[in-house]
Formats: sequence, structure tokens, C-alpha cells
Amino acid sequence: MLSRVAENIYWLARYLERAENTARLLAANATLHLDLPRGITPAWEPLIAMAGARERFERQHPDYSENEVVKFMIGCEKNPSSILSSLRAARENGRTIRDYLPREAWELINKHHLDAGEQLDEGLSKRGRHEYLKRIILTSQTLNGLLAGTMNHDQGYHFLLLGRNIERADMTTRIIDVRTDSLLPLESSELPPFETIQWVSLLRSLSAYQMYRRSMQARVRRGDVLIFLFQSQDFPRSIRHNLCNIERSLKTLPKHEPAVRILYEIKTKILSTQVEKMKCAPLHNFIDQVQIALDQVHGEIRNAWFLPAG
Amino acid sequence: MKNIDWKTYEAEKIWDELIDTEGRPRPHGEQLARLLAGMDADDLASRQAAADLAIKEMGITFTVYSDEKQDAIDRTWPFDIVPRIIVKTEWDRIEKGLKQRVVALNRFIDDLYHDQEVIKAGIIPREILASSSNFRPQCVGMSPRFGVWAHICGSDLVRDRDGTVYVLEDNLRVPSGVSYMLENRLVTKRVFPELFENYAPLPVDDYPSQLYDTLAALSPRDLEYPEMVVLTPGIYNSAYFEHSYLAQQMGCELVEGRDLYVDNDDCVYMRTVGGPARVDVIYRRVDDLFLDPEAFHPDSMLGVPGLLRAWKAGKVALANAPGAGVADDKVVYSYVPDIIEFYLGEKPILPNVPTWRCMEPEALADTLANLENRVVKPANESGGYGMLVGSASTKEEREEFAKRLKEDPRNYIAQPVLGLSTVPTIIEKHMEPRHVDLRPFILSAEQQQVTMGGLTRVALRKGSLVVNSSQGGGSKDTWIVPIGKE
Repeated sequence: MLSRVAENIYWLARYLERAENTARLLAANATLHLDLPRGITPAWEPLIAMAGARERFERQHPDYSENEVVKFMIGCEKNPSSILSSLRAARENGRTIRDYLPREAWELINKHHLDAGEQLDEGLSKRGRHEYLKRIILTSQTLNGLLAGTMNHDQGYHFLLLGRNIERADMTTRIIDVRTDSLLPLESSELPPFETIQWVSLLRSLSAYQMYRRSMQARVRRGDVLIFLFQSQDFPRSIRHNLCNIERSLKTLPKHEPAVRILYEIKTKILSTQVEKMKCAPLHNFIDQVQIALDQVHGEIRNAWFLPAG
Repeated sequence: MKNIDWKTYEAEKIWDELIDTEGRPRPHGEQLARLLAGMDADDLASRQAAADLAIKEMGITFTVYSDEKQDAIDRTWPFDIVPRIIVKTEWDRIEKGLKQRVVALNRFIDDLYHDQEVIKAGIIPREILASSSNFRPQCVGMSPRFGVWAHICGSDLVRDRDGTVYVLEDNLRVPSGVSYMLENRLVTKRVFPELFENYAPLPVDDYPSQLYDTLAALSPRDLEYPEMVVLTPGIYNSAYFEHSYLAQQMGCELVEGRDLYVDNDDCVYMRTVGGPARVDVIYRRVDDLFLDPEAFHPDSMLGVPGLLRAWKAGKVALANAPGAGVADDKVVYSYVPDIIEFYLGEKPILPNVPTWRCMEPEALADTLANLENRVVKPANESGGYGMLVGSASTKEEREEFAKRLKEDPRNYIAQPVLGLSTVPTIIEKHMEPRHVDLRPFILSAEQQQVTMGGLTRVALRKGSLVVNSSQGGGSKDTWIVPIGKE
């Protein structure tokens, strides 16, 4: 397949996944807000930190209030990782390869983007927000299903999976990073109830709560949550699971060795690290290493298969 | 809401394709007229809305350049749900005429790049060639397979007051619109299935496979599945939708210039995930001058350096061949009837619109004196840009245009203002006549094929004669319908 098409399909998947993840994040934070006792408001600031958009945000918005953050994360055109910008970028990437995509999939990508824009007012209102975000998540998942069920599972499909899984792994690391930073450093034996709620919220923002319960059969505690999100073999948003998927896709492509080597190293590191015992600072460093490795894998993918720059 | 009453439908004093001047449906249109009359205005409007939505969701778009915003906008394709019907017997004659015309045009182009018999015989003045902006000296002596230069031709037809069908122009460079023809049929089936209960319009969807066969026949390598690509200028081109659509329909790659390169062996390769892959046939939708920065515009970013070299070495086929546009010139157009006679010894089946060549002093004087009643067109523009419709112009516009005409008469032709035929069109919940033209597509390689009908373009503005999508035009589904015992 054409290098340019491979690149576009990879970015299409990344942007779609980004829109979906942002929607999950916002939905979870809003729920957390309702669960906390009066007087304690969850910070909205971490969401901006997660998107790596502090500076841009502060230039345009007076404060980190719920309203401002939600506006920035859903509909702001100047925020390249807002839901709307992500969907627009996904559509533009889709448009350049619409000959390659199954027709229904292209039509849904197109509609996904149009709907998100047209229903924006609903998404910004407190009342409509939940439904709006739910629709974003569901449409993205429908698209994933449509692509899985109608597209040839050839090289192109693996570039799609690569984009999706790299973005997903990246988002999981970001969420853990920011959330563990703003939570209490280590668990004490007597957890005040609202701390548990915050851990639950972390899981929820990855849609991981229910699966965590099923697979860990434990109380929601820091150590277990970290083990689950880093090392679970089964949970589709755990870092290990995503890395395994990335590895599988890479191996279907020619000249994959450099990328697989990096991936293999970081995977080994994740499995051999006792993440549950890490304190804040080492955990932060560890996450940094994972993110750097993901970025290197991305770089190797670009070198091996995309069009040379310029 | 009131139903449609064809008696109040104001077909002007010109030819309406569905309703005659007495307000009666023409024989082939009776069923359609009855069906439409049976629907109330709201129902009709809701069908139109459904079609608009379908088009939006299907992402059928074209791109318009906006001078104000310095921006390219992806707009949905305006479509009217009332189809335009042409009777099969009439169509057969038109099809024959188109084939005749394109055979002659290809002979003409081939001749221009070889011995120029047509000039030696005095059919065409030499200075036309000398001043043609689409003649490519780089192509002299080239002999593309089958002697065909214009593999894909889109000719615009119009019907005048008395029902006569004329050829208005031939597009031999990179004519577009065929994808809309195909999509229009799909949309009509989606939103107006009842229409098909009483009619069986002949299918149009053979086109992609015919195009595939046409292109495959050009391959320099004898392979069962030659590697074919569609070369697009990119996502910001007004016809990008079509490029991607055709690539998809033919199952071949849609490439941009940067996806291709010409190696030292003069072969063209595309950059793929698995390494270089040789390309045999390029259906190029990039204009000549941007095809190859080594041979033409050195600063073109759209092209592929060395492409012309590869083509001349016979390592790759280009459709249409570079230089084919020389017959696209509107001054050349005025000679087409003579060209047909010269090469084929036949009378033209389809007439030209009477045309004054402003390069001839008498014609220029006549045009200047009658600007109000003329359509004046630049010889080498497409898309309806740079033309004057005398009957719809202001005095200032005419004066301005007269100045340009006098400065560069070779570059203009003039034609009478035709009474372009109309078709009922839904305008704000009721039917009004709107002017249409028709663009069929003619494929030529080993064999010739013509689309079943073509793209009907409609000027949505009241009274307007300009049907180009960039100038407020829309389109209609076009039905070729057998009647009687056929």
C-alpha cells in the first residue's frame, strides 16, 4: 500500500481514539463532581494538564472552572486535541483516503464530525453533556466495529490498529500520571471514602471500573489500580495489552525490527517493575519512560513506512 | 399544501424537457408528471430534504475557492430530485454523433503533432496553432497507442428553443463530473424509489469498469492486471471527491505527485510500505503544465519530475495524453465540423452552436456591435470563468469586455444567446423551470464507449444560463428511457 495512505490511516485512527478518550475523561470528571461531598470540588485543571495544553488554555481562558475547561476540551477549535478538532482531523485524514475506506465507514466518519459540530450547544450545556459525550464514545466504537467488520484485514488495517493502540496506551499513561499526582501519595489503612471515589473515577475515565472489579476482585486501592492499568493482560486499555497489540501489528509489516526492539524493552520493563510500590516521583519518572518509548516507536513507524518528510 | 398543477407551470417561450408550451407533459414524461402532480408540496419538499441529507452524509462534495477567505471550502453537491428524461431513440443518435466527433478530434490531435495535414490542406489557419496555449511542442512526434490522445472526453450539449441538440464545447483535458452522474442515480434510488415503478432508466453504473478497461488497454506492459493509478492534485482540488471516487470504484490507488517518482530506468514507481512499485498507467487529473516540473512549470509541486520523459520512453501511459488539450480550444471548436469532414469524409451528426471567431475582423465587429445578444467566451478557460453572457450583463460589464476583446481577439469566440432548454426543478416547495445542459463522457482506446446519458447540470438561479457548480449550478439525475417496443 502507499506510504501516504498508511500514514493517513494511522492518523485517522489516532484522532478518532483521541476524541473518544477525551469524551471518556470529561464524562468521568463530571460524575466525580456529583459524587464528592459539598465543598470539595474536583479539579478540572488536571484535564488540561493531561492534554498538555496548559499554556494555550491560560492564554484564552480566565480560570480553570468547569465551564471553561469543558468548552476548551469539547468545542474549542484552537485546541488541537479538543473533541471537535480531533474529529475534524480524523475526517480530513479520512477524506484523503476515502477511496481506501469502506463506504459506510467513511460516511459514518463524516457524520460523526458533522453531528459533533451541530450538537455542540447540547454538549456544552450541563444537561445535555452526558448524552453528547456518550454519543461521541458510541459512534467511535461503532466505527471501530464497522472497520473491523468490513475492511480487509490487510496492512492498512494494521496501520489503523497501530494508530489506535499507540494513542490508547499514550492516553492511559497520561491519565495515570495526572491523576496519581493530584491524589494522595500512598494509601493509608483508613481511606477516607472520597479518596476511593477518586480512584474509582480514575478507573471510570478509562471505562475500567467494571472490568477492574471483575478481574481484581478487590477493593479499589492505589496499588491494585496501578497493577491493573499497567499490567493486565486482558483489559483492552491497559498499557501491557496495548503494547502487545502494537507488537502484533508491527510484526505483520516488513522491516519492523527496530520498532519491535524498542517495544520489547519497554514491555519487559513494565512487567518486571513493581508499580504498586512506587511513590509519586518514581512513578512519574517511570511513566515518562513509557511515553518516551511510545514516541520512539512512533518515530520508527514513521521512518520505516511513511513518506519522507518535505 | 397545494398539489402541483402543470397548467400554472411557467415554461417560458423555450423548450421544456418535460412539459410542452400548452402545459401538457411530453409523451415520455406523462407518468413522471402525474406522479409529481399527485404529491403535495410538503411531501415534495421533504423528499428534497432527504436527498440533501443523503448527499451530506455520503460526503458528496466539491471544493470552491473563496477569494475573500483565501480558503478552499468543501461544499455539498446541490442536487434536484426531479430527473431529466431523454428518449432512447434520440439518445442513440446523440451517442453516434459524439463517437464520430471524438474519433475526428483524436485524428486531429494526432495530425497536429505529426504532419499537420489539416493545416497544409488549408482547413485550419496555421496561426491558430501558433498561438494556442495548449499546444505542447514537447509532444511533437509522439504516437500514443491506438492514435488516441483524448481517452476521456466530456462534451457539453445544450438544447435550443426548437429542440435541436448542439455541442457547446468539448473538454479534452481533465473533464470532471462523471462521479456526480453516478452518485445522482444512487441518491434518486434512495429517496425517490417510487419513480422507478413506472420507468426503467438504463443503468449508468458500467462506467467505472469501462474506464478501467479503457485505461488497462493502454498499459505498456502486457499484464493481466496492470498497475493503474489516479493522479490527483490533492484534497484541495475542486474535483477531489471525484478522483477519490473513481480510484475507489476501479480498485486502484489514488496518488499525489509526491507518491510517485521516476527512476533512472525511466519507469515510474510509487512509494509503498513494501518499497517501490512500478506503475503502468496513470489516469492523471492534473493539468499538463503541472504534470512534470522538469518539462513544464519548474515550480509545480503537484507533478512528478521526469514523468514526461517516462511517457516519451513508452514506460508509462498517461490518460489523457499531454497535449490533448490543443483541441479543447474554443477557436478550434469552431472548426470541428470541418475537421470531421476532413478526416472522416462524413457530415457531422451533431451540429455546433453557430460561432463567431473574434480573430476574424468582420466577426469581431459584429460581436462588438451585438454584445447584448452574444455569449462571449475566452478560448482556453473552463468552469464558466471569464465569460460574458450579454443578455444578463450591465453596460459597464459590456464596455469592460469590449476592451478586452479588442486587445486580444484571438482569445475569444462569440455565440448567440441560446434558449437553453429547461426542466422542472423544486424551488421553495414548487416547480419552476430551470435551464440545463448535459455532459456525456466518451471513452476511447481500442473501442469507444459513451456514458448512458451523462451529467445534467442545472442553473439554480432563476433565468441564469450558467450551470457550472462553481457558479451556483446544481445537477439532476439523467434518464435514458426506452419507449414503445424497444
